[in-house]
Amino acid sequence: MYRYDQFDHQITAQRVAQFRDQVRRRLSGELTEDEFRILRLQNGLYMQIHAYMLRVAVPYGLLSAAQMRMLASIARKHDRGYGHFSTRQNTQFNWIKLQDVPDILTDLASVEMHANQTSGNCIRNITSDEFAGVARDEIVDPRPYAEILRQWSTFHPEFAYLPRKFKIAITGATEDRAAIAVHDVGLAAVKNAQGEIGFRVLVGGGLGRTPIIGTEICDFVPWQHVITYLESIVRVYNEYGRRDNIYKARIKILVKAIGIEEFKRRVEADWQFTKDGPCTITVEELNRVAAFFTAPDYEQLPENDAAVAAQLRENKAFSNWMQRNVKPHKVPGYAAVVLSLKKTGIAPGDATAEQMDAAAELAERFSFGELRVTHMQNLVLADVRQSDLIALWQAARELGMATPNIGLLTDIICCPGGDFCSLANARSIPLAKAIAERFDNLDFQHDIGEIELNMSGCMNACGHHHVGNIGILGVEKDGEEWYQVSIGGAQGNTSSLGKVIGRSFTFAQTPEVIARLLQVYVRERFDDERFIETVRRIGHSPFKEYVYAAPLNDDEALSGAEYALLAAGTPYDTPLYSPVL
Amino acid sequence: MTRRYIHRYFDMIIKNKTITDDDWIVFRLGENDTPEGVVVPLGKVIVPLKVWQAQRDVLQVRTELGVWLASDERAEDLTGDLARFSVVAVDFPKFADGRGYSIAHHLRARLGYTGELRAIGDVLRDQMFYMQRVGFDAFATRADKDIHVALNGLSDFSFTYQASSDEKLPMFRRIQRGGGL
Repeated sequence: MYRYDQFDHQITAQRVAQFRDQVRRRLSGELTEDEFRILRLQNGLYMQIHAYMLRVAVPYGLLSAAQMRMLASIARKHDRGYGHFSTRQNTQFNWIKLQDVPDILTDLASVEMHANQTSGNCIRNITSDEFAGVARDEIVDPRPYAEILRQWSTFHPEFAYLPRKFKIAITGATEDRAAIAVHDVGLAAVKNAQGEIGFRVLVGGGLGRTPIIGTEICDFVPWQHVITYLESIVRVYNEYGRRDNIYKARIKILVKAIGIEEFKRRVEADWQFTKDGPCTITVEELNRVAAFFTAPDYEQLPENDAAVAAQLRENKAFSNWMQRNVKPHKVPGYAAVVLSLKKTGIAPGDATAEQMDAAAELAERFSFGELRVTHMQNLVLADVRQSDLIALWQAARELGMATPNIGLLTDIICCPGGDFCSLANARSIPLAKAIAERFDNLDFQHDIGEIELNMSGCMNACGHHHVGNIGILGVEKDGEEWYQVSIGGAQGNTSSLGKVIGRSFTFAQTPEVIARLLQVYVRERFDDERFIETVRRIGHSPFKEYVYAAPLNDDEALSGAEYALLAAGTPYDTPLYSPVL
Repeated sequence: MTRRYIHRYFDMIIKNKTITDDDWIVFRLGENDTPEGVVVPLGKVIVPLKVWQAQRDVLQVRTELGVWLASDERAEDLTGDLARFSVVAVDFPKFADGRGYSIAHHLRARLGYTGELRAIGDVLRDQMFYMQRVGFDAFATRADKDIHVALNGLSDFSFTYQASSDEKLPMFRRIQRGGGL
């Protein structure tokens, strides 16, 4: 993976020093909260309900074992012993004190990490395919380009105060595992007829209040020109994007308002001034960065391992795990393994410091010391020898990270929701827990098959509910929390936006609603048809009719303290901010 | 040293990385003024783009004149006129309004403007490093902040990745970088 040189180190160190001084000036009252807020956001620091949340960047989802151990150490020293992996492949700490942040950033910098631009109206952490470099369907390894773009976007002087946040995702495989269609810009590395590498560029996708699938602006931008082309896109957005209304400020609204043709005309008019100019990427630079992403020392191994084959026949638990959590690898005898952070009872994407340390150790033992974070909020060991799979499975089981549910009903994408986030209208973690408990039976889940259930606590859609096969959105009505359910959303190559089935439900009704949706699916499905395919074939009506046909009662078991909102005022001994009282 | 806190906005700015006296007046339209009808005071005045456009026949005979762009105005509107001005300013109505950075980019890179480019309005220390990078060389920092402290904002970083007005080449063409493993 990429390693910092002296320049990366110095830039990162100077950023920490800059923010340390900004925190000092905030604590002394020299900076007002209004002035400070935007500065802290660009350093990944949010104010949540209970405390500050620090969002640490995991560039394109790649982590070394040493970096993972540092996250564990921060969780122990500065948080409450756990952290959260987010849908943008980042790590979030929920219980942070402002005055600790400069030291946390210094610790992060020591392992070549940072929290730069993980929030704020700037270019955010660039996300990518968790199987980059190992996927069988890969056309081009996107990681060198992702790193080149990370550096380009880091402290870009022209684009730090955009109308709104700006998210880029990049993939290089035939199957889109990075949800590029729902990003402000999606880049798909492709090869043209001459075998040259370039990018298909999508623009104006996004979720939130106005979900839109991105539109192709260019079918092939040669790789050398990707910086200048992106610069023109972001410049046109910076100039013309709306700034009068925060809900209409994303690039998707601009693209929709003026149309893709006019948007493209403006981008290409701007690009004529910079195309072939000094920001054109050189072969030398691509080679320099690509040299960090060369294949590890793979052994020559048989395509299949005999011991694994025997276990597969004899051990159902192992075979379930193999079926769901182990993915094909381009090198014979190897596999990519997903460590599930979706064990029932645990907030989706959460990991304890012990699990982080243990995952780092597994990475060293089994996967060349590297890990990836997925946008589905799980971890990946990308380079595991098949002959190690049994040992890895046993170790991961003991750590609670071998739940064989990847791609299944309980592999829920879920935002922090009303328990932590001040934007949320409703809880999402307790509802994810209630749903996971209701459908905990693995045989049932394996029978239902591949399905994506995504949940957001408000319409900002951090839980990607629009592109869940089943989407749940927390809404507020008369001060109470309600849940709107949609079906038919999907991410990836056949992205689509879900449609709401009807009036919303209470917290305690919602698991039963999911059950009824699944009953319709089981009744109607053909053969191996997945849930989303059945929805697309028969439409919404049969689902809608069945859900509302019989009265829905509140499940009384869900009214207990176990599902209650994390109490505000949970002991936290520092004022949220400000310092001079 | 008390002077710097009093009416500093009008008489001290940061220019070419030093704090310096300044006798330009930024002229803003009042609520009832129109670009055509307003009387532009004599002396070293930086007028709004709209006033320049409406009164260019009268204003172009002045030997010392400046013009300022609002954040929703376009640098291209000064094409062909830039040589007439001793100073071009860009207004930041709020520091979070980043359009001025692209306006500066266009003035420097597209239109080849090489004279004084001044940031006015909500100009604060913590944005000045980026402002300097895109081509601002003068900063009328906000009057309620200490301009001597603000000056430090210009030296937050020693290295930068991108090309911009200050560095014509991106880091990968400028510096020998460290290689792969």
